[in-house]
Formats: sequence, structure tokens, C-alpha cells
Amino acid sequence: MPVLLEATDIRKRFGAHDVLRGIDLKAEKGDVISMIGASGSGKSTFLRCLNFLEHPTEGQIAFAGKPLACKRDRNGDQIVAEETELRAFRSRVTMVFQQFNLWSHMTARENVMLGPIRVHGRSRSEAGERADHYLTRVGVAHRRDAYPGFLSGGEQQRVAIARALAMEPELMLFDEPTSALDPELVGEVLRVMRNLAEEGRTMIVVTHEMNFARDVSNRVIFLDKGVIAEEGDPREVLRQPRTERLQGFLAAQAA
Amino acid sequence: MFQGYLPMILDGLRVTLSIAFVSLCIATVFGMLGASAKLSSSPVLRHTAGAYTTVIRALPDLLLMLIVFYGGQILLNRFTQAQGLGYIDIDAFAAGTVTLGFVFGAYLTETFRGAMLAIPRGQMEAGHAMGLSRLQVMRDIVIPQMVRHAIPGFTNNWLVLLKATALISIIGLDDMVHRASLASAATREPFTFYALIGLIYLAVTTVSIVTLGALNRRMSRGIRAEAAR
Repeated sequence: MPVLLEATDIRKRFGAHDVLRGIDLKAEKGDVISMIGASGSGKSTFLRCLNFLEHPTEGQIAFAGKPLACKRDRNGDQIVAEETELRAFRSRVTMVFQQFNLWSHMTARENVMLGPIRVHGRSRSEAGERADHYLTRVGVAHRRDAYPGFLSGGEQQRVAIARALAMEPELMLFDEPTSALDPELVGEVLRVMRNLAEEGRTMIVVTHEMNFARDVSNRVIFLDKGVIAEEGDPREVLRQPRTERLQGFLAAQAA
Repeated sequence: MFQGYLPMILDGLRVTLSIAFVSLCIATVFGMLGASAKLSSSPVLRHTAGAYTTVIRALPDLLLMLIVFYGGQILLNRFTQAQGLGYIDIDAFAAGTVTLGFVFGAYLTETFRGAMLAIPRGQMEAGHAMGLSRLQVMRDIVIPQMVRHAIPGFTNNWLVLLKATALISIIGLDDMVHRASLASAATREPFTFYALIGLIYLAVTTVSIVTLGALNRRMSRGIRAEAAR
């Protein structure tokens, strides 16, 4: 399978604090990669470096074989040199956030329509049809005219997934998509993500859901103190962790 | 009643309202620029905006108006004479509205800055993460959400601005206060005319408060009552 996204030696420093200390990652088309690790291990920061919401201090990112040309920002961190190149890249790699981040002044349907209208130049009616299609896919079409504040957490996150899907991305980034949900709402979101994985979408998922990591993803990466401590086939890595760190982490998760 | 001066006073109201409205538009532009500069990552922009709001808020509006009107006149004509152009008389309406707009822009800068800060970061990030441009994020996400947070402060500033237009009569603009002083001098009934324009100001401010309140409710449609306080 062709390599879709390749991140090389990603480092991130906040002041004197090294959050990421050189991480490599290769995502092939169809990969579902779970990133696990204790809070503070840098997994969310790493994910946010992949689409430059966080500016990596060092490192390179290539998408579909083409490295993104970077320059230094005011703090000396890396940022994509050309605004248009960054935006084109981001429109092909969408993100689902822990806090959903649905736009609070728009209905569910309007949330899903905005990207295709503004980024792909679709007409309102075309974007509306597409929005209905994806809202149906994630099972919230009946709530399409509701504002986010009136939706449950699970419904909001499914709308957010529909919003990301409507961009027809080649890669989807999930930043702890179920961590802000009440326990009884986690299942509905995981079901949607499992369906996406089964239809062959490429996904990188930062998660605390070990069942998802084991059953759905084809690769798991365990991050510890800003480096990859262990990675591989989830059935092997999660069943027979080699490092003490991962053994301890898994034991704590099971407890 | 009013000895036939009412049409003249109402014409003054038209002048007052146009000064206030044009000044408000100018102030909104200065306020948005100021707020964006204060929140920008560039130290130069931040300090410029900081100096702007500090100086303007420290000086009396009347003094600023005199400085800009007379000082501006002198500066402009030094420039035009140096360029070999003739003497240019600054239009009192333009001078008045630009001055008021510049002054109230400083107050609106603070109002708008607070409103921008009230929007959670994730709202903007969600836009950037799917490839929207800065301008699109501003227009489609930030401004519509700002309105809700900005309306209380904006209403306040509009009311103060409306009343500050009365100061403009001293630089020769023929507003409602100026008309009332003419009418009361001619009729020797100052109370009648000053009370009359007092009531007119009260009517305009009441309509403003009701209208902006309705706009606030409209912009808060997506917000649940308990979350909106």
C-alpha cells in the first residue's frame, strides 16, 4: 500500500519542557493506527503536530510522498511556508476533537455544510445534500436542524465526524474522540468509527479505549515521555507487552 | 406649542443621528482593527493598539475633538501648502465623525477584544483544521459568535456615543442640541426646548436598547438558556 502520511523525527519543546523527543510515523492507505499512552505522554500534541495546529519544533511531514516545505515561526517552531499549501493539506486530512468543537451558532446541518461550501466551492444545495447523506451515515439525520447546545455529547461527536467526512478526506485524525463523553454514550461513537475503519478509511486515533485499539486498529503505538516505547500489531503488543512501562500502563487501564 | 420650532428641532435630530451612526461605523472598524491587533502575535501591532487605547481613554473626549479638529486642520494645510495645493477647509461633519469614530474605536477595541477572548479556541481550530482561511474563520465563525458577547458593551458604547454627539456642536455642527439652544434663545423658553430634546434622546436610546436586545436574542439561538446565564 502507498504511504499516505510520513512524519519524521517530530520534536516539540514548550519552553524548557521536551514534550516530543523524536517521533517517526508512517501511515499507509487503509491503516487504522491507535496511539495510546498515559496523559502527558505527548500523544495529543503529536497528533496536533501532524496537521500543524501545534507547530513542531523539529521534524518533517510528507503527505502522499510530497514533503511540506516549512519555515520558522516567531518562536522558532516549524510552520508550513505557503498558506495555500497548508490549507490544501488540511482539507485532505481532517480532525475530530475531544471537545467536538461544533460551531455553536450553526445547526448540525450547517456545521457539516460549511467546509464543502468554503473549501471545495460547492453550492448550498449540493453541500446540503451531502450533509444529509453523512448525517444519515452517522445516525443523527433526525437532529440535523438542532443547534449543538441541544444535542447530547454522543450526538455532537457524531455530527463532528459527519463534518469531517463531508470533506471527503484521505486521512482522518481523531483526538481522544470519546474521552469527553458519558460512559453510556461512548458506544455509539465507537460504532461509527468501527464502520469507518471497515470501509477502509485511513485513520490515526489517539484513544484510551483499549478494546478499540485491539479490535479495530491494525497498528498500535505506545507513547511514553515523548518517544515511541512500543509499536506493532495490537494483538501482539497489547497481549504481550515487552516493556515494563506498557505492562504498567495496561494494568492501570484494566483496573 | 414649540412656536413652530419643532420641524427645525427634528431636522437637528436627523443630523444628530447621522453623525452618531456614521461615527459608530467608523468606531466599529477601528474597534475591530484594534482588537485584532491586541490579540495578534506581532509585538509591534500589540503595542500600537495598546498605546491607542491607553491615550484615547486617558483624555477627555472634548479635548480630543478640539485637538483633532483644529490640529488636523493645521496639519492638513501645512501639507497641502507644501505640495503647492490651495487651502482646504475640513468639513465639520467629516471631522466630527472621524474624531468620534477614532475615540469610540478605542472603547470598542476593549469590548471586541473581550468578546473574541470569550470564544473557545476550539471553535477556530475546527475551522483551520479543515482548511478554512483566516479570513473565512473570521467571517464565518469568529464574528457571528462575537456578536453575542459584544452586544452588552456595544450597546453601552453606542449610548455614550449618541450623547457625545452633543459635543460636536462646539465645532460648528448644527445638531439637535445646537438647534435647541437657538430655539430657546429666540423664544426665551430654554426649559421647553431642552426638555423636548431630552425626551427625544430618551426615545432614541430606548429604541436602541430594545433593538440591540432583540439582536442579542437572535444571535443566542444556539445557546441553551442555562448556559447563556
